[in-house]
Amino acid sequence: MTTLYAILIDGMIYASWLFMVAAGLTVIYGVMRILNMAHGSFYSIGAYTGASLVGWYFSGAQGAPYWSYALLLGAALVSGVVVGLLIEQGLLQFMYKRDEILMVIVTYALLLILEDATKLIFGVDPYFTFQPYSLLGRSEIGELTFANYDLALIAVAAVIGAACWLTLNRTHTGKVLRAVIQDREIAIAMGVNVKLMFAATFVVGTTLGAIAGALTAPAISVSPGIGVEVIVLAFAVVVVGGLGSIEGAIVGALLVGITRAAAVHLAPQIELFVIYGVMALVLAVRPQGLFGRDLARKI
Amino acid sequence: MKRTRSYLAPTALALAAAIGFSAPVTAAENGKFRVGIVTFLSGAAAGPFGVPSLNGAKLVIDALNEGKVPAPYGLKGINGLEIETVIVDENGGASKQVEEFRNLAERHKVDAVIGYISSGDCLAIAPVAEELKLTTVLFDCGTSRLFEENKAPTYVFRTGLDAAIDNIGAARYLIDSGRKLESVASIQQNYAWGHDSWGDFSAAIKQLKPGVKVTTEQLPKLFQGQYGAEISALSVSKPDVIHSSFWGGDMEAFVLQGNARGLFDKRTAVLTCGESALDRFKGQAPNGLVIGARGPFGAFAPENTLSTWFRTAYRSSAEMDPTYPAFKMAQAILGLKAAVEKAAGKPGVIPAKEEVARSFKGLSFESVSGTVRMARANGHQALQGIAYGEYKFDAKSDKATIANVKSYSGECVTPPDGTTAADWIKAGFPGAQCN
Amino acid sequence: MLKLDKTEIWLVVSALVLLASAFLLPNWLTFILTLALAKALVVQGVVIQMRAGLVSFGQGLFFCIGGYSVGMGGAFLNIHDAFVLVALGVAASVGVAAILGLLMTRYRDIFFAMLSLALSMILYGLIVKNQALGSTDGFNVHDVSFLGWMPAGEDQKLVIFVLTVIVAGGIAIALNRYMKSGLGGVNEAIKENEIRVEFLGLSPRWILYANYLFAAGISAVGGAFTALATGHVDPEMAFWTTSGEFVFIALLGGTSHVAAPFIAAVLFALVRTYALELAPHSWQMILGFVLLAIIVFLPKGLWSLVAGKRRAAA
Repeated sequence: MTTLYAILIDGMIYASWLFMVAAGLTVIYGVMRILNMAHGSFYSIGAYTGASLVGWYFSGAQGAPYWSYALLLGAALVSGVVVGLLIEQGLLQFMYKRDEILMVIVTYALLLILEDATKLIFGVDPYFTFQPYSLLGRSEIGELTFANYDLALIAVAAVIGAACWLTLNRTHTGKVLRAVIQDREIAIAMGVNVKLMFAATFVVGTTLGAIAGALTAPAISVSPGIGVEVIVLAFAVVVVGGLGSIEGAIVGALLVGITRAAAVHLAPQIELFVIYGVMALVLAVRPQGLFGRDLARKI
Repeated sequence: MKRTRSYLAPTALALAAAIGFSAPVTAAENGKFRVGIVTFLSGAAAGPFGVPSLNGAKLVIDALNEGKVPAPYGLKGINGLEIETVIVDENGGASKQVEEFRNLAERHKVDAVIGYISSGDCLAIAPVAEELKLTTVLFDCGTSRLFEENKAPTYVFRTGLDAAIDNIGAARYLIDSGRKLESVASIQQNYAWGHDSWGDFSAAIKQLKPGVKVTTEQLPKLFQGQYGAEISALSVSKPDVIHSSFWGGDMEAFVLQGNARGLFDKRTAVLTCGESALDRFKGQAPNGLVIGARGPFGAFAPENTLSTWFRTAYRSSAEMDPTYPAFKMAQAILGLKAAVEKAAGKPGVIPAKEEVARSFKGLSFESVSGTVRMARANGHQALQGIAYGEYKFDAKSDKATIANVKSYSGECVTPPDGTTAADWIKAGFPGAQCN
Repeated sequence: MLKLDKTEIWLVVSALVLLASAFLLPNWLTFILTLALAKALVVQGVVIQMRAGLVSFGQGLFFCIGGYSVGMGGAFLNIHDAFVLVALGVAASVGVAAILGLLMTRYRDIFFAMLSLALSMILYGLIVKNQALGSTDGFNVHDVSFLGWMPAGEDQKLVIFVLTVIVAGGIAIALNRYMKSGLGGVNEAIKENEIRVEFLGLSPRWILYANYLFAAGISAVGGAFTALATGHVDPEMAFWTTSGEFVFIALLGGTSHVAAPFIAAVLFALVRTYALELAPHSWQMILGFVLLAIIVFLPKGLWSLVAGKRRAAA
């Protein structure tokens, strides 16, 4: 019994983290058809700026500790928007006519550059800013104790998911975006400013990545390479759910998160294979992912 | 004509580039002693291990070049020759390291190489060092397989300790501390280091206290960072003690998350690499957490002239206490210096590599961790003891110290030559001399 | 008697130049060249599939099988002949590919890339789990003999270099023939529009299947020579970043000519080793900028330098 609800809660916590990491990736792919290999770098940029700001806040400033949460979010917003905009305006906008696969390589080059740039700016020493994590205390649920911060992340992930879905499906901007997704050329012909849409989408995607990083930072030790670690995870979630689909990312995250938690509790030996196993299985049954659209075969 | 030339161009270009690049080869015949230093400059191991070890290397080498290191190392540089370094990033995997090692030997013509934190790199480098006849001092990697597989080493030396010692020492410490110990749980990073550490520890603890139960064995992947499910599984399994060989950011994250969730309220944990984060836990680790430093290093190093000098100098340059990787690097450099100077006989010359190897073998030298004897693996492996203690944080002074330290001599925790660590543990530690 | 076309003549000449240079170049450089050529063979495997529009982000799978066959053949099967070991690697690799290919050929685009990545990571996980294979530390490859001859030390590395050059040259000629054959041309057509190819009465799926097997085979050769040269194998060979590097080099060179992967691999190795030396803290960044520059200025890879000149001359 304990194991069962432990699996559910652990799975939910992990799934909400996975979703936050994957959301930006799927948004960018959905609209722009760019598989952003550098997504993890935005995660790590968010984590580093968040961790260093919060670290500075607790070592120097004398404000109320709860302001640190605002700082985390602010750090993520600023770094995500600034770096995202710089890269979109400075590089990507000149490449939109290129091949989809070539864009993967462009973002791979970005990944290499951003990884070292982060290292040059923040150093290689891990940042350990635990205050926002321990501040919220813990809750007893049955036999087990959980950190309230982790539970709060479930709510945050739900808010992000709802916001993305509502924007895409219930607003005017969302309608226009869907038109761009359906057919870029027709959308241009109809007077949609696709350039603006692309820039906005990319910045939203990178900022989502940075938010995921900043919110994770207090629970971990922020060290070089955390970005690279999350890329494959985020890819797996997005591919399972169907590239470009928000619903897919939610379901993919839940599927991977809960399967992994079950593996940890019931068969820790197979933990390493779980994510790839789920991905391979889903692809074998449904090649376009759970919520992916079937592509018409063009003659 | 033009058509054919265009085919030739790329091949010629590549070859010309290769030959052109190779021009700035300079032999080390400039009256300096050239050392290759290989350690992690990037990746997750850079922060906890690479940077402290590089800081330690720079500090010791600068001090040696200025003749400022206390006796018996007063002679400038190595044997009176200034030390010059070639620094290589250890990140990138074993086959790249083999390539870089060959570059060090043949392009940079270094007189010796000091380095390697990753066990995989050590295993791959050792045979190449023998083949190229290059004095190589391994300062940190802990795999027991190093001298089990390279049975007759000539040029390869290890001044750091075998990881089996960490775990035998940890088991002994837990038993001797008299705490409740009917069951243990394990959480290790899912790679060779984690598997080997747990293998040695579980064998040793079962040998020392028959009937100990293993409640769960968690193997999260390396650099996972989030241990929510693992911590639940550990809590549910209700062990008396948790053993972990975690290091770096993973270790800090695990301790933080575990502590926040009360994992250590009713039980203790032993972290074999815990000392490397002593100053970093900042009270987020529970008091009573058992930590080690993979030997008598860092906070566990004995007080002597060399260690006091090293601590003071490190503090003033890096603004923090040196952790065990810094100590181990300093030890490797001092060992090399002692061996070279013993082989040379008179100052100002670089002795032949065979001579260095011969004098390094079985050498006894003074180090920042006390006297080191190269007394295992036929004189190629350092023999030293190990110490464990409990983390103790003082909120007032914001300073962490180590309480209840207990040391074990090298002879107590190290298998004798001719038997593997695993066999020695299984046989019940025959010949161990513990006081 | 075989008739060689111009490309092939130049491949043979280049190989001969490389062989002659083995006695002039310093050892560290021949070693880098050995690894680069071996790697180029895997890149060729990526390129074959890329011509037909499939990007494999998991070619490390077969690279790793080739390497581990050499290591395990020596350690467990007591096989010490280099030729037998390489053949073993190819057989194992093609065998695995024959099964996986049935699944893989159903996928295109990003899904092919991700599924190949997943399969490679599963092999990685299997090896990491395996204590007898040394988990992530890997293990050392036993010394090998060449048809009974067992050179020592530096000589052995030289022999491996010579062998790598000869085998790479042979494979390059075979690839060139394939590329210029009718079937090779169909690959381009599959990339452009698979359905039209089907209407022509050809089966794209079986052509892709054949490509997949061939790519697996030569990737295993690359892995086997890498293992022989470095004397060590570890699961890093199957890790996704290794596969990513192969794709990187493939795009660096371009897919239009059989020589491109070789040149790209050699340049990549040299840029990396010098970037590592000049900027040990930021060598990845240098690689990143080089890659970006190539994409921006030479969208068809390094080979477009050559091809462009040729067009101008014609």
